[in-house]
Amino acid sequence: MIEVLYFAWLRERIGQPRERVETRAQTVAELVEELKSREERYAVAFSDLSAVRVAVDQELTDFSAPIVGAREVAFFPPMTGG
Amino acid sequence: MDIRVQAEPFDFGAECANFGQGRRDVGAVVTFMGVVRDDSGALTEMEIEHYPGMTERAIAKIAQQARDRWALADVKVIHRHGRMRPGEAIMMVATAARHRKAAFEAAEYLMDYLKSRAPFWKKEYGADGAQWVAAKDEDEDALSRW
Repeated sequence: MIEVLYFAWLRERIGQPRERVETRAQTVAELVEELKSREERYAVAFSDLSAVRVAVDQELTDFSAPIVGAREVAFFPPMTGG
Repeated sequence: MDIRVQAEPFDFGAECANFGQGRRDVGAVVTFMGVVRDDSGALTEMEIEHYPGMTERAIAKIAQQARDRWALADVKVIHRHGRMRPGEAIMMVATAARHRKAAFEAAEYLMDYLKSRAPFWKKEYGADGAQWVAAKDEDEDALSRW
């Protein structure tokens, strides 16, 4: 089980801020494919991955990152702090 | 090093007053405050969402990098989240160093990295509804100069 978090418009499109996901995905990219195949709202949210950033266990990384043993994976748009 | 992520407003003057004071190795203090700006003339509120936990970690990492690179005597970062109105302070950075070049550069470095590497997302509320603020390419490009 892995905790999956969504922020900003990804949270709005998917319709929830977080969920626990049962997965055998080895990487972020595989997790995204699994989610996309689950329901239309995920397919829509993840349709353009160039607009999505990812963090594994609160560290910014990329879609090829491994998630085996990770506690949480977060998806969000490019950040707009400052 | 003082890093705070909070919903409450902060008193910029009070935060600056004692920063970098009372030591003999500081020759320069630079402070910056970011404010909610109304570009359209119709902005009623700005909402900042963040990623609790990662936000503090990301800012601490950025501040530590600035501290090491410019041998800062001290660094302060305060960043708010939640809803705020035009004219309200969103965030501030302060740097203290031996010389002004280091203090200015470190403050700019902090700002560039906070903009696109700290997990905050701005949403604007106005007469036409709400809209997420898009990240700008130039913000990403700004990182390449460091």
